[in-house]
Amino acid sequence: MIVAKRPNSLTATPTHYCPGCTHGIIHRLVAEAIDTLGVEGRTIGVAPVGCSVLAYNYFAFDMIEAAHGRAPAVATGLKRAEPGNIIFSYQGDGDLASIGMAETVHAAARNENITIIFVNNAIYGMTGGQMAPTSLPGQVTQTSPYGRDVTQCGYPIRVCEMLSQLEGPEYLTRVAVNSVKNVNTAKKAIEKAFRNQVEGKGFSLVEVLSGCPTNWGMTPQAALQWIDDAMIPYYPLGVYKDRSAKEA
Amino acid sequence: MANKQKTTRILIAGFGGQGVLFVGKFLAYVGMAEDRQVSWLPSYGPEMRGGTANCSVILSDDPIGSPIVDAPDVLIAMNLPSFQKYQDAVVPGGAIVLDSSLINEAYARKDITYFALPATQMATDEQLDGLGNMILLGKFLEACLPTSGELIQKALAKVVPAKKEHLLAANQKAIALGRAHQG
Amino acid sequence: MAEKVLMKGNEAIAEAAIQAGCRHYFGYPITPQTEIAAYMAKRMPKIGGVFLQAESEIAAINMVYGVSAAGKRVMTSSSSPGISLKGEGLSYLAGSDLPALVVNVQRGGPGLGGIQPSQADYFQATRGGGHGDYHMIVLAPASVQEMASLTVKGFDLADKYRMTAMILADGTIGQMMEPVSLEVEPPKVYEKPWALTGTKMARKHNIVTSLFLQPEALEKLNIERYARYRIVEENEVMYESFQMEDAEICVVAYGITARVSKNAVTAARAKGIRVGLIRPITLWPFPKAALAEAATRVKSFLSVEMSMGQMIEDIELATRCKKPVTLVNRVGGMIPTPEQVLSAIEQAAGGDR
Repeated sequence: MIVAKRPNSLTATPTHYCPGCTHGIIHRLVAEAIDTLGVEGRTIGVAPVGCSVLAYNYFAFDMIEAAHGRAPAVATGLKRAEPGNIIFSYQGDGDLASIGMAETVHAAARNENITIIFVNNAIYGMTGGQMAPTSLPGQVTQTSPYGRDVTQCGYPIRVCEMLSQLEGPEYLTRVAVNSVKNVNTAKKAIEKAFRNQVEGKGFSLVEVLSGCPTNWGMTPQAALQWIDDAMIPYYPLGVYKDRSAKEA
Repeated sequence: MANKQKTTRILIAGFGGQGVLFVGKFLAYVGMAEDRQVSWLPSYGPEMRGGTANCSVILSDDPIGSPIVDAPDVLIAMNLPSFQKYQDAVVPGGAIVLDSSLINEAYARKDITYFALPATQMATDEQLDGLGNMILLGKFLEACLPTSGELIQKALAKVVPAKKEHLLAANQKAIALGRAHQG
Repeated sequence: MAEKVLMKGNEAIAEAAIQAGCRHYFGYPITPQTEIAAYMAKRMPKIGGVFLQAESEIAAINMVYGVSAAGKRVMTSSSSPGISLKGEGLSYLAGSDLPALVVNVQRGGPGLGGIQPSQADYFQATRGGGHGDYHMIVLAPASVQEMASLTVKGFDLADKYRMTAMILADGTIGQMMEPVSLEVEPPKVYEKPWALTGTKMARKHNIVTSLFLQPEALEKLNIERYARYRIVEENEVMYESFQMEDAEICVVAYGITARVSKNAVTAARAKGIRVGLIRPITLWPFPKAALAEAATRVKSFLSVEMSMGQMIEDIELATRCKKPVTLVNRVGGMIPTPEQVLSAIEQAAGGDR
């Protein structure tokens, strides 16, 4: 009896992610959603610049690597070229909420029928731990060595709350992957975000609070705990917009 | 000027909104209908919104090099600033067709011909407001670019969009007024 | 032959693109090329195509990147400052070997510059426009008819070589109207096995990327790409030669300045000066061989450009500086007059009389 197996939508390539990183979990949740919906053969993923830049090696469907922050624009192009295909971008916080904020906001405003998986770990991982647009007040990083000083760097951006002010988007939700319970909620949210696209409902974004033990300077367990203790209080979990549910 | 030249370089100038580009387009279609080479080049940018606009049109039997008319054979001047700006640019032996309702200034040159008519006033008198440009065009066609009535119809049909067909008659009337003008 | 229509250069580009099978256009308003976007906005919805006004030039070129990766013909257009913003995308398109058509209707620079015509983006275009080793095929139309025909050609070359083709025009050619024939042969269809169409569970996944972390692999790709560029250089050079048979002076100019120069050459010929014109139609690949050959016959060259002297460097390189090259130029949105060029020709001719 098979109890667990690799989803069809993942390749057998071992990932390059650090021990304790939660990208692997999120990749799996995406792959499971695609498998469940049976759309692997018509799915195209857009990888960002950031830790998940090599995501194209791990997903078994067609993949493209976008310039930093431009994934929603690239996804728009792919979707407009072939509206029947399932297009998603997988982006980190620097990619989506800093350099690519314009692309994010406008794709949402257009209610572009794409799915965005937004991995928020409050830090730039790939470049070695610099301050992100979502780094918390006081958070020590390589470029905020005395802690994020909000009088100089401003406040972290709450993406779901901000986008929820727009008429455009269909579905905005924030989940976390730091406990079994939270992972189960995240799985449902990600599946819904893809189902929305299959059903033509429009722009769906799932923000996933994620751990980065390496750059936070913590053990994996401590990192999961820090999501509970520090991140969730600033970034409350929950659904920020669900137009169809409201209408129903 | 009455004989058709191998190449005619025309500069049309006036306020934005006076129909400078429209007259230019009409002339380009006249050239096309005669199977000649034509080019049409507008000034563009913010000055087009209420400032002075101009349009270079070249009609030629030979391939056209530069589409820019710096030294026109004929200047169609629709307002005073254009007249002042381009009077000296006209080639010796050339001509200026001008709206004397708006241009009341002594003619500075002896080596060119001036065709003056109060086009704006004529348009008002004939309930053809806004068609002073077409009256000037009529004068130009009569004096500088002999063109058959049939050709004029053909070019007008091209330049007046289908949904503004009701303006055809007024345009025809304005051109006829300019052609008939004596002086 | 189909009846000629009177069209602006910018509109001719748009219509020709549609005729060439382009059904996806992304752009952002900027003078003096906005007619292209306006034309597309009007036409695309009526023929099942996509017109999308992007939030920025950066977004537009990345939408182009997406459509191209999906295997479809796609274009964007802008003017100088907007092309700088597209530089990143141009580099990524090259690094991923994706075909696209990009139009630059140049205006005066640098910075916000002005809105009048210019040719000051020659370096940017012929050297690629973004970071890294790469080229674009750069086509320089000198008439409204060529705005159309080179657009069609650009799409074909882009698909054929998996490169970006750039139409490097200027405000004059973009804004002027001339009769144009839009008779276009049905576009050649190229196989695109690399395209992201979805695996349909029938093949291994395709990956479009410009990221290659192994330097050995990246070096190999660069070398392979340049081998392809060599083929383009051998096969796709286009130029016009005008009265060069017995010329002692060779004027080199492209786009609008070539038209101005043609007037000057004709006027100089009437005065008995043996002068001709070489008009590069492809700026990359540059007509090196034609100029090298001319250098064996003529006494000197004139480079007529609306820049502070950019193409002149390519002339000097192509001719190995065998003969003097004089710059004849106006900049900042000013256009050289035929008289200015004629006077430079006379000066060149007088030098050895």
